[in-house]
Amino acid sequence: MDKIKVLVAKPGLDGHDRGAKVVARALRDAGFEVVYTGLRQTPEQIAAAAAEEDVDVVAMSLLSGAHPHLFPAVVKLVREKGMKDALIIGGGVIPDGDIPALKEAGVSEVFTPGTPTGDIVEYIKAHVKK
Amino acid sequence: MSNEKIQAELDQYNASVEKAVAKFPLRGNVPEKGLYTPLDIDMTPEAYADKIGFPGVYPFTRGVQPTMYRGRFWTMRMYAGFSTAKASNERYRYLIANGGTGLSCAFDLPTQIGYDSDDPISEGEVGKVGVAIDSLADMQILFDKIDLGKVSTSMTINAPASVLLCMYIAVAEKQGVSMDKLRGTIQNDILKEYAARGTYIFPPRPSMRLITNIFEFCSKNVPLWNTISISGYHIREAGSTASQEIAFTIADGIAYVDAAIKAGMDVDAFAGRLSFFWNAHNNVLEEVAKFRASRRVWAKVMKERFGAKKPKSMMLRVHTQTAGSMLTAQQPNNNIVRVALQTAAAVMGGTQSLHTNSKDEALALPTTESVTIALRTQQIVAEESGLADVIDPLAGSYYVEAMTDRIEKEAWEYIKKIDDLGGAVAAIEKGYIQKEIQDSAYKWQMDVEAKKRIIVGVNKYQVEEEPPKGLLKVDASVGIEQSKRLADLKAGKTVPDYVAVGMTEGRNNDDVKAALAELKTAAQDENENLMPHILKAVKTYATLGEICNTLRDVFGLYEAHVSL
Repeated sequence: MDKIKVLVAKPGLDGHDRGAKVVARALRDAGFEVVYTGLRQTPEQIAAAAAEEDVDVVAMSLLSGAHPHLFPAVVKLVREKGMKDALIIGGGVIPDGDIPALKEAGVSEVFTPGTPTGDIVEYIKAHVKK
Repeated sequence: MSNEKIQAELDQYNASVEKAVAKFPLRGNVPEKGLYTPLDIDMTPEAYADKIGFPGVYPFTRGVQPTMYRGRFWTMRMYAGFSTAKASNERYRYLIANGGTGLSCAFDLPTQIGYDSDDPISEGEVGKVGVAIDSLADMQILFDKIDLGKVSTSMTINAPASVLLCMYIAVAEKQGVSMDKLRGTIQNDILKEYAARGTYIFPPRPSMRLITNIFEFCSKNVPLWNTISISGYHIREAGSTASQEIAFTIADGIAYVDAAIKAGMDVDAFAGRLSFFWNAHNNVLEEVAKFRASRRVWAKVMKERFGAKKPKSMMLRVHTQTAGSMLTAQQPNNNIVRVALQTAAAVMGGTQSLHTNSKDEALALPTTESVTIALRTQQIVAEESGLADVIDPLAGSYYVEAMTDRIEKEAWEYIKKIDDLGGAVAAIEKGYIQKEIQDSAYKWQMDVEAKKRIIVGVNKYQVEEEPPKGLLKVDASVGIEQSKRLADLKAGKTVPDYVAVGMTEGRNNDDVKAALAELKTAAQDENENLMPHILKAVKTYATLGEICNTLRDVFGLYEAHVSL
């Protein structure tokens, strides 16, 4: 079976990439293929990268409080690329109260501060459509 | 006791505890040795004079001021800013009324990256991590009823630091305060943006030009202003070790001094106004050693490498912030305790200025209640703990002196490596600094997951808890309202909120256009100092976005080095 392929993405202007890089590396160590977008990605750029790389998972990291706008925008554009099965997840500084709206917008799970990387690996393995 | 006798007694001690030690449970991440003795340090009078010495005297290991906190506590400078300029102004006045002794401005991401609030890229980001400042008018609101002749203000702004500084100067002028009286700091440290923080705009060369323009302009016109806050805080937050924090920062400092000298300045003309920014992390004793080592390293760099003559040029003056990354979303009240310990570390380390994080740091910007506790933490340490009453109290500790020496040694090794790579700019372009930080960050996370490093409430002593209530929220209306104000400003109309702070007429768009054209021409000439041109543009109420877009046209954009 092909490796699970994950796009780790940093939407918006937020420059905090410690978490994104740690998660990316942990996913790689767990046997996934990982592509990291780098900083300052617009939702359009993320969707384009997801399609181009033909990923199974889009994993967004955001700590700037702009998630209510940016996460749903990414979901919408990824789906518009025809990627209806891509698993879309997020993490960062996201208050618990904001999570239901994100899930409703199509983010399957949100991983908040303190989550062990193993939990993310297991979640992806359990929910990815391949 | 002679060294031989100490060694003999130490051997006896080690033998006597060997059995017990073998039975100790394995705790991760503790130092190899639990006990330090005179054998671990060189404490002859010569070594004391050479390496430790006296506060205010080279190499400043014991502190940069001769009497440190005996005369005056560190500046209690709480980083603040969110939502609108009006809301932030209220917070600043609250902090001053409650004993804050210096201001510190947090700007939102669009402002930090030189975008107006109505730029498409700003959507969802306006006012979220700091205050939105689009023009001089917003700055007038921000400092309404605050006398810029009486406060010192630190502004965490990097790529567009020149613009915000000019706005500050312009506000002060309207208050009748001349720029030679202004006290404060701009962070203005682009290298760490490339390496660890991410709010860059332009490539390195024009960015260094802007920075050296600021050094030169301020040395002549704003002599009480700290032109840069060479930062390690963010490098540490990104995951580096303590030694890496000071080494990479000092390497950045070397690059700035080099650039200024190449631009024709005499080192003693600007070096006295360079300042630094350290992290106050959890390991109290290691942090104290780090602070002391950093002063010793910088002093030597300035004296031996750059031939500085004035003692002020060799002093590492530092602002500190308690480590945000060490605060947890779980059981947030525990963070109050963490911040108190981190404060103790910063104070024993000899910081000149301190920001303490609030307990809700992992979740949101501080509420009034939580920021008050953070400020009181500083006041309690200052007034009640005794730690401010003796200068460099941990000097002479076998452990702390040994740690100071060890961190100094490790810092020199990293600085040499970076020199061999061609300096900090080259090291960043090659991804060296980023990789070191990343490797340290990954090791940290793996240690936490393996429970070699315990974080209370996260991987030990966890509880089921309700999500916290009453967190500060900045909603989308902030961006929408600000965009409306901007639209009117750009159309040359008056704006009621701006009229209230003295902008009684709409801006003259011809003046704006002319000023931006002049700025563009000046930017194209590498020998031209851009500060007077930016100041002129700012005074026409040209927006931050308009000014930065003009500079983008000339300088281009930084292409980040993406590596995993």
